[in-house]
Amino acid sequence: MVEKNINSNWTEVISPKKGIFDVRLHEIWKYRDLIALFVRRDFVSIYKQTILGPLWIFIQPLFTTITFVFIFSRIAKLSTDGIPPVLFYLSGITMWTYFADSFSKTSNIFVNNANIFGKVYFPRLTTPISIIISNLIKFGIQIALFISIYIYYVITGKVEVLVNYYIFLLPILIILMAILGLGLGIIFSSLTTKYRDLGFLLAFGIQLLMYATPVIYPLSSIEGKFRKYLELNPLSSIIENFRYAIFSQGQPDLGGLVYCAVFSVVVLFLGIIIFNQVEKSFMDTV
Amino acid sequence: MSVVIEVENLYKQYRLGTVSTGTFSHDLNRWWHRIRGKQDPYEIVTSVNAREEKGTSEYVWALEDINFKVNQGEVLGIIGRNGAGKSTLLKLLSKVTSPTKGNIRVNGRIASLLEVGTGFHPELTGRENIFLNGAILGMSKTEIKSKFDEIVDFSGVEKYIDTPVKRYSSGMYVRLAFGVAAHLEPEILIVDEVLAVGDAEFQKKCLGKMKDVSGQGRTVLFVSHNMVAMKTLCKSSIWLKNGKIQDIGNTNDIVDKYLFAQITKDAYEVDCTADPKYSSEFTKIKKVSIEKGNLQKLDILTPFKIRILFENILDKASLHISLLLYNKNDVCIFNTVSEPRIFEKKTIQADCLIPGNFLNDDYYRIRILIIKDRTTGLIDVEDVFTFQVNDIERNSNWYGKWHGVVRPKLNWEIN
Repeated sequence: MVEKNINSNWTEVISPKKGIFDVRLHEIWKYRDLIALFVRRDFVSIYKQTILGPLWIFIQPLFTTITFVFIFSRIAKLSTDGIPPVLFYLSGITMWTYFADSFSKTSNIFVNNANIFGKVYFPRLTTPISIIISNLIKFGIQIALFISIYIYYVITGKVEVLVNYYIFLLPILIILMAILGLGLGIIFSSLTTKYRDLGFLLAFGIQLLMYATPVIYPLSSIEGKFRKYLELNPLSSIIENFRYAIFSQGQPDLGGLVYCAVFSVVVLFLGIIIFNQVEKSFMDTV
Repeated sequence: MSVVIEVENLYKQYRLGTVSTGTFSHDLNRWWHRIRGKQDPYEIVTSVNAREEKGTSEYVWALEDINFKVNQGEVLGIIGRNGAGKSTLLKLLSKVTSPTKGNIRVNGRIASLLEVGTGFHPELTGRENIFLNGAILGMSKTEIKSKFDEIVDFSGVEKYIDTPVKRYSSGMYVRLAFGVAAHLEPEILIVDEVLAVGDAEFQKKCLGKMKDVSGQGRTVLFVSHNMVAMKTLCKSSIWLKNGKIQDIGNTNDIVDKYLFAQITKDAYEVDCTADPKYSSEFTKIKKVSIEKGNLQKLDILTPFKIRILFENILDKASLHISLLLYNKNDVCIFNTVSEPRIFEKKTIQADCLIPGNFLNDDYYRIRILIIKDRTTGLIDVEDVFTFQVNDIERNSNWYGKWHGVVRPKLNWEIN
């Protein structure tokens, strides 16, 4: 029709396959405003037309803690390593909820957003990233709740302030949980686009995983070979190190943390690669 | 002029049926072939994309070997019947899904008006949704901010801008959504009128926006079933048929060829007993025919009758028949109705007399409605059949197409 165009002029080449490492992170940066707006949307829309609004963020962990105190501490008489049960469970639940929410909410983004994804292109990774961030805000609020209750216990003389230098690991612990939740979430969301079976597995799998993580019991209370399996769970060291940092109780485990970090980064890396391959054509199979 | 879109050997394969365990075994088989470096086994058995034909394969080519180029500033039309692959092509262009084989090279930002309202959240206010929708469509926050007032002005919902959009009327909703999309300023705009739901005003806005965009030297791809709009707006067009490019070139030629091909049969009668579209709960059309005496063909001079044979199932019903004639460009030539009458349960024959010296030489499609009590439609058959009225030999030197939808012989008084 016309003169040949020079190839370098194309701003976009749409082709069937893309390279495994062609992730285009710069594109996600370009869409950072979108991520911010997604986070805002999640926050604003969830609590619209509720009376208590964001108070629900407090209510969830509080009621779970009360239930756990009643069942596991009073009835089952499980050890809490000498830490007041309320603080023990609340600390575990707060950490666990962040991971579990990040994981479960990112695990069905393709199915949930099919109507948007089917109409317009934007980097799909913006969606799970925004979920991780909005969960982080929620986590921030919940950790503030935990701190206030901790302070209350200190003022009333029920515990002493036992926070130690390990507290500086907290940002790393949070980042590791975010990475692990995001990584697992996008792997699952990529796999469920075609076969929904994993979705069913996930729903109760996360619940079961909580019992395989020292949330309602301290790692120290487990002896023998079970202990070894529990230490294989990368989340164990996150929660154990967190509890040590704030209660100076139990064994700090930096080696476990390194294992957890390697594990999380590998999962995220795999997740991004799978996600990236699936996002191109998931609309045909979703 | 430079090329802004170049499509090269483009293929898109779809799988028919549902995703189930069968799909899983296909996936395994495909993967097994791939690791041995062999061709995808399902690519060979993929059949052409023809809706009416019963496929023998589970896979179809929604698009097959598509090649074309679009120049900057060009308005390119895409026509084709439903399922010809138009929307698939647009989906590939807008990166919603990826091709099975082949490449598309693009120069510039693509936006499409089928994205109107994408990502609108019902609980968010109009203001919040403008930002969210704008960001989804690829605008930055500052870009949206600078156009915010314009968008609100354009959509005319200023008063409701801080109300959740779920409280909006559907009209307001669409206006706001369109306002955002219209202020995108892409280098390449895709307008899919087939998918654009909305009233006449909205469609007019879509088309108006299209004109503006192309006037600014930007490129437009336009999909529509409206041939008049197509001819007016697009200089060149692509005709897709069964997933392949049937023809490409000047819009006027393409549209004529396309419409001509739609005329499935040049018949003078149709036996309706076998086809379910001719019968409803209340009435059955048995036969429609053109009574033209002993003539071989109809010409513009000859009067003829359109005869409708139908069975009335209702007892003592007041019925009238409505007959509509459409020409090749889908323009309705007339709508004529019979006087309402009370009918017993029986077979009724209705003849409509079409005078000679009235229709032009063209193809005409018959549409029939049978109506009860002047209001209730018992049946509506859009496409009964198409017949041709032929021109006669003329006593002049001019052999071009006679102008006008009709060609009546009228009385002249010349003094």
